[in-house]
Amino acid sequence: MSMSSGDWAYTDIVRDHFANPRNVLEDENAFEHDGKGITGNLKCGDQMMVVIKVNKDDQTIADCRWKTYGCASAIASTSILSEMVKGMPVDKAYEITPQDITNELGSLPEHKIHCSVLGDKALRAAIDDYYERGGMSNKIRKDEAKTICQCMNVTDHEIEHAVLEGARTYYELQEHTKLGTVCGQCEGAARELLQEYIKKHFG
Amino acid sequence: MPEREVYFDHNATTPLHPEVKAVMAEAMECYGNPSSLHASGRRSRAMVEQARERVARFINASPEEIIFVGSGSEANNTVLSVLSCPSGHCTCGVKRGRGILTTRIEHPCILETSKCLSDRGVPVTFCAVDSFGKVSMKELEEAVTDKTGLVSVMMANNEIGTIQDIKTIAKLAHEKGALFHTDAVQAVGKIPVDVKDLDVDFLSLSGHKIYGPKGIGALYIKKGVAFCSLIRGGHQEQGRRAGTENTIGIVGLGKAVEMRAAEMAEETVRLGKWKEVLRAGIEKDIPDVRFNGHPHDCLANTLNVSFEGVEGEAILLYLDLEGIAVSTGSACASGSLDPSHVLLATGVPVEDAHGSIRVSMGRDNTEGDVQYLLKKLPAIIQRVRGMSTAYAGRSK
Repeated sequence: MSMSSGDWAYTDIVRDHFANPRNVLEDENAFEHDGKGITGNLKCGDQMMVVIKVNKDDQTIADCRWKTYGCASAIASTSILSEMVKGMPVDKAYEITPQDITNELGSLPEHKIHCSVLGDKALRAAIDDYYERGGMSNKIRKDEAKTICQCMNVTDHEIEHAVLEGARTYYELQEHTKLGTVCGQCEGAARELLQEYIKKHFG
Repeated sequence: MPEREVYFDHNATTPLHPEVKAVMAEAMECYGNPSSLHASGRRSRAMVEQARERVARFINASPEEIIFVGSGSEANNTVLSVLSCPSGHCTCGVKRGRGILTTRIEHPCILETSKCLSDRGVPVTFCAVDSFGKVSMKELEEAVTDKTGLVSVMMANNEIGTIQDIKTIAKLAHEKGALFHTDAVQAVGKIPVDVKDLDVDFLSLSGHKIYGPKGIGALYIKKGVAFCSLIRGGHQEQGRRAGTENTIGIVGLGKAVEMRAAEMAEETVRLGKWKEVLRAGIEKDIPDVRFNGHPHDCLANTLNVSFEGVEGEAILLYLDLEGIAVSTGSACASGSLDPSHVLLATGVPVEDAHGSIRVSMGRDNTEGDVQYLLKKLPAIIQRVRGMSTAYAGRSK
C-alpha cells in the first residue's frame, strides 16, 4: 500500500496532524500530571497513553499530552484530541466520543475509524485516574461489558469493536466474533446492537 | 513537495517498461478476434502466438505448454481448483481424493483457495518454514505421502524474498506420485527459471511484476499432464481457459519477458549490491533493527526489516511524505487484525511484524534513491520512536 502525495486517502487536517503531531509527551518523567491512562496493546499493533494536567480552580484540563505505538490515524486523531480538550471542563472531556474526533478531523477512511477510538479511550482512562486520585471515584463510569452470545461468550463491547473494524452485516459480525454460531438465540439482540453501533459511529 | 520521488515497491507492482508500452500501443490498433478466420483475426492470432513463444522460451518451455490467464492469482486458483475437481468424468481426476500440500507463507490466493477447498472436503496441509522462511525439508518429507495429490510451493516469497529449493521439493513430490506446482510470480524475471531443469508440472507467472501490464498472467502446464478448464465456455487456449484473449496484455507480457531476458542478469548484480549498502546503512544508523528473510537465498531486490517499538504504517506514511514508496507487514495498513502471516510463520514476534517495512527495488532505481532512503529513514524512525509507548531504547 502506498499513496502519492497528491492523492491522500486522508483529509488535509489528518495529514497536517500526522506530519506535525501536537502535544507529544516527549519526556514522561519530566511531565507532572494529574491523571494517566493507557489503552490498547502491542500485540494488536496499537497502544495509546494520554496524560492530563488539571486546573484545580475551575476543573478544566490545563494540558494534555500523549504517546502512541500506532498508525497514522491513531497519531492524527490523538493529536487533534489533545488540542480539543485543552481548557475544556474535565466532565465535558469525559463525554467526548470517537465521532467527535472524526468530525474534528473532517473524516477518516472507514477502516481507520477504530484507530480514533484509542485516543478517547485513553483520555477517559486518564480522567478516571484523575477522579480516583482526587477522591471523586463516584464520577467514574463503570462500563461493564454485557454478554450477548452465551455460547461463544461474546459481549456488547466486542460487537461494538467489530463494527469499528468494519462489520456492517450480521454475517460479517459473525465472521468477526463467531457469535450466534451455536444455538443462534442471540441473533435478534445482536442485530439490534449492530444497527445501534453503526448509527453511533457512522451516523 | 518532496525533494525526490523514489519507488521502492516493485514486489507490489512495476511500472511498464517503455518498450512494452510501445508494442502495446501498436497492438491497440489490431482489434481482430484471434479466433476469427479473416485477415484481421489472423493478425491478432500471430501476435498472440509470438508472445506465447517468447514466454515459453523465457522459462524453457514449449509454446503449447503456456496458457494465458488474467493474473497470477487466476493461475494459482486454477491449478488448485482444477486438480481438486471431484467429478468422476473429469480427465484430470487422476488425483481425485488426494490432498493438497502447501506452505504457510504462500500468497493469499493460494492460502485462501486451499482453505476454501478444505471446507469442501479436500485434505489440505500447510507446511511450516524455518526462521529464514525456508520450507522445512524434514517436515515436508514427512508430510508428502501417497495420499498427496498436489504439492504447491512458491518459488520466491513476495514479502521477505526467500527463495526455495524448488528442484529438490519437486523431486520429493514426484517420488510420492504427486504433481508439483510453483507460484513463481515473484521469481520469474528476477532469477533464472527453467521448468525442465526444475521439473515442475505447473508454474504461475504474472505480467505486472516484470514491467509488463496488469491483468495478464500465464500458466505453464507440462506436456502430458491432465488438465481442464476453470473458466468455461470457449475453445481458447487449447480449451483450457475460455474467454477472448487479452491481446494487448498478451503482447505486453511477451515483450516484458523479452526485456527481462536482456536486462535481468546485470540488474540482479546491481540491486544486490545496493541491498547490501542499504542493510549496512540501516545497521549503522538505526539501533534495534531486525532483518527478516534469508541472508543468501533471497531475491536481490528485496529487503525486509523490522524496527523495534514502531508501527509500520506510520513509517510507511512518513516515508510517503518524503516521496518514498515502500510497503509494510503491519496489520493497520492492510485493514486486517493480524500482521503479515509470512513474518509470523518465520517466528518473528507479533510486535516486530507490525513494525516491518519491505523495500523492493527495481530496474528504474538509482544509487541516489538508495542514498535518499538512507538519508531520510533514521530521522523518521527516531521521530516515531520518540512518540512511541513501546520503545524503551535499549541501545540508545
